[in-house]
Amino acid sequence: MSEHKQFFPRQIVETGWNRWDWALLPMILAILVLLAYGGEQMVRPYQLGETLPLSLAPEYLPYYLLRTTLRMFIALGASIVFSCIFAVLATKYRAAEKILLPMLDILQSIPILGFLSITVTAFIALFPGSLLGVECAAIFAIFTSQAWNMAFSAYQGFRSVPAELKEAASVFKLSAWQRFWRLELPFATPGLLWNMMMSMSGGWFFVVASEAISVSNQSIKLPGIGSYIALAIEQRNLHAIGWAICAMLIGVILYDQLFFRPLLAWADKFRFEESGGETAQNSWLLNWLRNTERTQEIALAAGRLLERSFLLFRLNFDGTSIRAQPRTSSATPARVWDAVVAAVVFYALWVLVHFIHSEVGLSEVVRVFVLGFYTMTRVIVLIFLAALIWIPVGVWLGMNPRLAGRAQAVIQFLAAFPANLTFPVAVFLLVRFSLNPDIWLSPLMILGTQWYILFNVIAGASTIPTELHYAAQNFGLRGRLKWRRYLLPAIFPSFVTGAITASGGSWNASIVAEYVTWGNTTLKAHGIGSYIAEMTAAGDFPRIALGIGVMCVFVMGFNHFVWRRLYRLTENRLHF
Amino acid sequence: MSTPIIELKSVGKSFRSADGSARSILENVDFTLNEGEIVALLGKSGSGKSTMLRIMAGLIAADSGQALYRGLPIYGPANGISMVFQSFALFPWLTVQKNVELGLEAKGLAPDERVQRAEAAIEMIGLSGFEGALPRELSGGMRQRVGIARALVMEPEILLMDEAFSALDVLTGERLREDILELWESGRIPTKAILVVSHNIEEAVMMADRVLVFASDPGRVRDELPVKLSRPREVESSEVRSLIDKVYGLMTAGAMRAGRSTDKGGKMGLGDRLPEVEISRMEGTLEILADEPFRGRADLPKLAEETELSDHELLDVASALTLLGFALLDQGDIILTPLGAQYAQAGNPERKMIFGRQLLENVPLVAYIRHGLAQDPSGDLHEDLFLRLLRFTLNEADTLSVLRVAIEWGRYGDLFEYNFNTGILNMPKDEETSAER
Repeated sequence: MSEHKQFFPRQIVETGWNRWDWALLPMILAILVLLAYGGEQMVRPYQLGETLPLSLAPEYLPYYLLRTTLRMFIALGASIVFSCIFAVLATKYRAAEKILLPMLDILQSIPILGFLSITVTAFIALFPGSLLGVECAAIFAIFTSQAWNMAFSAYQGFRSVPAELKEAASVFKLSAWQRFWRLELPFATPGLLWNMMMSMSGGWFFVVASEAISVSNQSIKLPGIGSYIALAIEQRNLHAIGWAICAMLIGVILYDQLFFRPLLAWADKFRFEESGGETAQNSWLLNWLRNTERTQEIALAAGRLLERSFLLFRLNFDGTSIRAQPRTSSATPARVWDAVVAAVVFYALWVLVHFIHSEVGLSEVVRVFVLGFYTMTRVIVLIFLAALIWIPVGVWLGMNPRLAGRAQAVIQFLAAFPANLTFPVAVFLLVRFSLNPDIWLSPLMILGTQWYILFNVIAGASTIPTELHYAAQNFGLRGRLKWRRYLLPAIFPSFVTGAITASGGSWNASIVAEYVTWGNTTLKAHGIGSYIAEMTAAGDFPRIALGIGVMCVFVMGFNHFVWRRLYRLTENRLHF
Repeated sequence: MSTPIIELKSVGKSFRSADGSARSILENVDFTLNEGEIVALLGKSGSGKSTMLRIMAGLIAADSGQALYRGLPIYGPANGISMVFQSFALFPWLTVQKNVELGLEAKGLAPDERVQRAEAAIEMIGLSGFEGALPRELSGGMRQRVGIARALVMEPEILLMDEAFSALDVLTGERLREDILELWESGRIPTKAILVVSHNIEEAVMMADRVLVFASDPGRVRDELPVKLSRPREVESSEVRSLIDKVYGLMTAGAMRAGRSTDKGGKMGLGDRLPEVEISRMEGTLEILADEPFRGRADLPKLAEETELSDHELLDVASALTLLGFALLDQGDIILTPLGAQYAQAGNPERKMIFGRQLLENVPLVAYIRHGLAQDPSGDLHEDLFLRLLRFTLNEADTLSVLRVAIEWGRYGDLFEYNFNTGILNMPKDEETSAER
């Protein structure tokens, strides 16, 4: 085009560094140095039995925060890759879908902490003589707290790509690779991101539990916030707990500002509703990056790399080629596949029966089921109580648009904050006033997850059509009638969405919340959570497996018989 | 003479319905698209015209018969064939420029050439200046322009347009249509043939060299009408008006029974499709038809103008009215029956009575539901029973919509009541008590 411009001296001045670049350079360098340092520490040599140095001095906290963050990000990256692979396999191959979906459903309901005690031995064996094995186990635990719902949302996204867009992709002959990057992944991105944020909250919760691992009666404490807290609990150091809470607060804020806000603002373009809709997210960091030419160049280079890959993986034949001829499909492979799956299921069933019979005994199974009922009662009562408190608050906030936006940001933050940090305080109070742990430990289960209810109720209340509001006012709806006929039905769908998340989180949290320690004091509530925690402490693998299995059955039953039905009901009837 | 580009030879396509039996969508369709012509496919929704277009696009494989492009069998989307979609099908996260480049990128063209060709196409379709915009920033008409540029940039031999203007308002649609015809006439695009699927009769007559009218259940080409007028054509010219009249006549030809029995004549069956028409729209049309200036007889295109309904909406209303015995169709005219005239004059209670009576007489499904309820000792039945029945002949979406129409009509005619939450149909309350007495 206008090539003569290149000889114009001002060009050089203008394309040089802009003022944003100067500020960005030290920041990027610092991040790189930190990452390198943290990464180096992760792979240092380590022998089982060696104690890792850990200090409660607050000046070590930034370093611990770095290590923890690094683990979180690695797990997050793994979760994203896993989600994409899962979604591609499950949407492209019918046979894979048949197995993968139920598997994910089950994995979703397995209590995350259960994974840790079982997998850590395997990971240590995988990387002998290096800290990497233990690191991997911790990362894997975080991964399991994030991956399932992300994979599910990616699958949903891939499946719900509108038919006409799919047809357009075919007509313009996009290859599977091109389709993935141009159509399917962008379409699934908003959902995936949202679930990523949710997962992150879960991740913070479990990072605290997953860094201090006990294996073969040895306790390994990986340097990180979680271990810091574990040590503080052991030494009954309330000051250290306070410092940890501060560090965590800062960590969550940094995460939000430096990572999720920019990402959300950037992903706004992937929203599918083509007309306006909700207000776009805004992020100072993204604005900054967009104003910085260097980062723009990096982004463009990444784009070019992607386009180059399109060149490599493209369809080089069209629909009239013999290669496009559909293969005649026969039913035999599908049947063989079904038979194989059935055989594996029967074998697994047999192993299970054998295991129960020889390892734990039927009476133990019955006992664990009874414990499961205790925990279920707690979950139900707690969700009910949370609803009683947060629905009115949420409706009030949601109907005040000025408050709603600010409140939601705060609540998102509260949800991300790991509630188990406050557990020591609870133990302290329980012991002080000698309260019954069976009752008073229960609220801890919902401490971190109640926010989902509030968050969703606010969202629901703020989308009530203004005209409906005016109509209710006009007809003079008041008091109970107003709630029964107008407000409750209007927010019910969002309440159900929130309650599903909250209840899932509470089941998971029961492992930590029903069995709380503070130094030598251990408080225990009767329930399946405390059973699993106790067996983990004792290293009794068959019983850990039993506890996990039974909890899994409870959660799946609960999801299937209660939540899914309620959800379907709201989908059919209660929407605007 | 003209060379065929696409040939369909006795093409058939069927879909599996819920109970596993095959339901035929297309049967024995023969069709040739020749170089240098624009062909329009007209027909009611569900007549298989979109399916036929998709077979040519290589998006759906035919079950029987052959689809050939330049003598080669079509197994998938072919290089020389491009398509414009009803809902535009733009990728919302790509800019206009990138959307237009999509096909070129997939083909593996060098970036420079890609950009150049896309810019030329954008310029040609009148969108220059909007290269960097995201689709959501554009109005409907502009979005469809992007869709057209995206198809044209591939320099296709054949352009397939699937109701490309029906999501746009009338004026925008007309403008876009004229622009495409201008491109076509000027020879600035290498496109050798255009196939337009539409349910707008005027659009078809204005654009096409040939209009094909589809019959439904199963879909097949029923009539073919050559349009030998030079372009640009004047909507108000008498030739165009008379052609539009003629197409209306073709589309309403035969015993204008709703749904499948269109040209079989005779009574409607239990599992036949019902025209999806609101009662208020039916009554409104009846009143206009009874009034000045029509006084009981109207030319369908004129009535369409007066009622401000689109062609396919009016055709649905007309088939509902004939089904219920309120009107007759004759050569593209609609004529009020004495009963229809009485209905238009009547007050609300009488209307409901007549409506209910006509339903029982002419709509077997409604009569069947009513009969079932009268026979049942409890006086109520679950909708699933009827859904199951309909699934034998209809696909899932049609099953639901047919029962919905039957329920709406039956409720209006005071024949039965329905509870949405429980899905239970029951006899009207007052009739039940009077029967007990």
